[in-house]
Amino acid sequence: MLKLAELVADKRLIALAGQPNCGKSTVFNAITGASQHVANYPGVTVEKLSAFSSINSTRVEIVDLPGTYSLTSFSPEEKVSRDFILHDRPATIINVADASSIKRSLYLTFQLLEMETPLILNLNMMDVALKKGISIDTEGLAKELGIPVVPTSIKRGEGKKALIETTEKSVLSGVHSKFKVDYGPMESAIEAIASAITASSGSLSHPLRWLAIKLMEDDAEVKKLINSTIPEPNTIFNRAKEERSKFKKDQGESPEKHIAYARYKEANRINAAFITQKPMKNKSFTDKIDAVVCHKFLGPIFLALVVFALYNLSIVQGYKITNYTWPLLAKLRFFTEWIMPDPGFITEPMIRSLSLWFVDSVNALLNYIPIFFILFALIAILEDSGYMPRMAFILDRLLARFGLHGQSTLPMVLGGVYVGGCAVPAIMSTKGIPDEKARFATMMIIPMLNCLAKIPLYILIINIYFADHKSLLMVFIATITLMLALPVSKILTLTVLRNKPSEPFIMELPTYHLPTVSGVLKRAFERIWMFLKKIVTIVAAVAVVIFALLQFPGLTHERKAWYDNQAEAAITTFHQKIAKTSFGESLNTNDGHMELILFADRYKKARRGSSKASMKKINTRFKSENPIFYSITTGKGSKEAKTAKKILKKLSQSRKKLLRGIKQEKIKNSFLGKFGKALEPVSMWAGFNWRVNIALLSSFAAKESTVATLGVLYQQEAGEENQSLEKRMEQGEKGFTQLHALALLLMMALFPPCVATMITLKIQSGSVKIMLISFTYQSLLGFMIASAVFTISSLLGLTGLQAMFGFWILALFVAVIVGFIKPQKNITVKGGCYD
Amino acid sequence: MTLLSKTTPGDSVDIKQVTAQGKLGQRLMDFGLYPGLTVKGVSNAPLEDPMEIEINGYFLSLRHEEADYVEIS
Repeated sequence: MLKLAELVADKRLIALAGQPNCGKSTVFNAITGASQHVANYPGVTVEKLSAFSSINSTRVEIVDLPGTYSLTSFSPEEKVSRDFILHDRPATIINVADASSIKRSLYLTFQLLEMETPLILNLNMMDVALKKGISIDTEGLAKELGIPVVPTSIKRGEGKKALIETTEKSVLSGVHSKFKVDYGPMESAIEAIASAITASSGSLSHPLRWLAIKLMEDDAEVKKLINSTIPEPNTIFNRAKEERSKFKKDQGESPEKHIAYARYKEANRINAAFITQKPMKNKSFTDKIDAVVCHKFLGPIFLALVVFALYNLSIVQGYKITNYTWPLLAKLRFFTEWIMPDPGFITEPMIRSLSLWFVDSVNALLNYIPIFFILFALIAILEDSGYMPRMAFILDRLLARFGLHGQSTLPMVLGGVYVGGCAVPAIMSTKGIPDEKARFATMMIIPMLNCLAKIPLYILIINIYFADHKSLLMVFIATITLMLALPVSKILTLTVLRNKPSEPFIMELPTYHLPTVSGVLKRAFERIWMFLKKIVTIVAAVAVVIFALLQFPGLTHERKAWYDNQAEAAITTFHQKIAKTSFGESLNTNDGHMELILFADRYKKARRGSSKASMKKINTRFKSENPIFYSITTGKGSKEAKTAKKILKKLSQSRKKLLRGIKQEKIKNSFLGKFGKALEPVSMWAGFNWRVNIALLSSFAAKESTVATLGVLYQQEAGEENQSLEKRMEQGEKGFTQLHALALLLMMALFPPCVATMITLKIQSGSVKIMLISFTYQSLLGFMIASAVFTISSLLGLTGLQAMFGFWILALFVAVIVGFIKPQKNITVKGGCYD
Repeated sequence: MTLLSKTTPGDSVDIKQVTAQGKLGQRLMDFGLYPGLTVKGVSNAPLEDPMEIEINGYFLSLRHEEADYVEIS
């Protein structure tokens, strides 16, 4: 027997094809192991899963084609599968079929046979079929179709070996079946077109009969193909046109329908010949579940429970896990601090500040990994169990009113339909929406929902300005975002997305399956990996750019000299005072004060979060390292140590104050700061001053940055140490009213997506344009709404709460009105192909 | 002329023809709706639309506006 290694050298492939819900991914996982990788097919955003398998200890590439019911050119998935088979010429195709609905599966099998590639029919889920009373004459079926038929129950591990062996044989033999579906009265037309193609001078390596059938179907892609490869395609096209109209006239039926019906007729014939079904009386398991889950009243309640569980398990519980994982990330930061050059008294080496900024930016994202992991695992469970299409079934009517799709439900839940979600996994999960128009609309409104990172700012503002109405405000925020997102989606589908194709809603409600642990974990890991690879890397790169925008051009010479003087004065005072103690001598060096400060810093950090037992160890370690510094830092041992500690504290405080001042001035002077200031004449319409502008601008890297930036901008007042940011902001913005606060809340709610979200948008939509439109419309909309609410309410003299209620009712009104506008659907229901 | 969209849950009907062409027509055929087939109405969604039908032991959901393109006898 030949070895497969020779085929690999030939770069030949094995493809896995099948209809959705036939257990294809289980088969793929079973025969490939864990080595798969996900990529996109060139030009489209259909995922391409391929893996190297170790059949007979040699490696063969196996490609998992997207699950499709048919192989027309109506959807990107079908086109991709078809092109792969035609152009990459796999050595063999494994056609996975659900053993309990062979009749339907054959519809695809016939189309694969027409492409004249070696084919194996894998009847999967035999155990389920047996339970349903179905018995199959596999040998008879194999003889009839002229291809090997392999029955398996891969989930139970049955038949895997036979499938691999058969694949190997098929690869080596390389013969394809001669089976043909009989198209009856159309056969003569097919032949006529085929000879027209043969007569032309072009060279086409595609199966002749397949081309002829596709031309009878008036397939747009095949026409394009012929147009580009055959010098005088019109002879062929005219022939096809003639045959089509002749057939329509003679048979009173469109050719494409006749073709489909002929395939079903053939499937019925084969089904009757080789498959017997014992009548079953019992209501199936799926029927029983659906009686509850799709019930008029119980269905929505169950859906609400699922959403609640999803939210609670991932966002709430996952957030708790981050309490345990965060220290690991903090260690990464400590490590970076440790390997970087030490800071000076009021200076910080550029490499140090850049590295720390970099680590902080990446950590902010990595911190979400536990949440994402739970989310991705739960999504996998929803997908595998079969509940996902039921969610769509229940909510489709409502969402369709706003240009969305039933399947937009899950992405919206993940994005934070109530409070607390994340746009990144939400946008990633829009992949399952077949309707392109609705998919783009969903992607584009998700950033408007309430992601986790917006919440710190909400809480800050509400705590300061609406302390008496906290829960009312939270309800307002949670509902207003949805009430704005829905009409926006409708408007997007009527304008920007007007020309995107819609899809019919028709979908299968598959039988319920119990998801396997390994399958769920595998998918969760895959998606986490993709998140790390694609998103975190780019965010890291963007973080560097934002760092530069916040850092440069830096302080002026005069200001720098002023800060140097202040620092000098503080240091001199320190040395004078400490000289009076017995510690003076050992600190009487140029850098003595700095060494002491760094020592105290390290000591503080080492003790943070340590247990009592390790505290003792730390104490001993630091004491033995430098007993004098240790005494000063702790202030223990003598009266003098206590005095010295006070002197040190004073120095640290002046240093911190200077550092904060420098940081604040640097931001104010930075490119981003100048931009924020330049925006002031416009942003004042929304009541935003330059400080708020900078905070909002800095949130592109990650929304959490808003609060951090505000923290820098609202400095501690001298003598009022350790005030909360709430107090500081309140004092720093004496002119701020509830209206200012409301405008800021609305701005944040509608604010443009963060960098990670933008990248995800680009990846999922495959379009930079969509990413830019999304960014622009959200910036404008957020600003316009904030300005309108602020300016109009100011003119009317409304209080913050009055304005809030007024706006809420207005938004509800708009949402309802917009819901009634009739949408435009781009589904062809007349004529031939859609092009 | 009766339409599939008018089927009430529990009824079994025979498909007479699929009147949609183009993409919708192709989809309906790909999902296994062809003349002569017996289809059973299963239920309507809680908000009345879409509807669920049973064909040959599997379940499909489609909007009423799509089922308008399937004639039954």
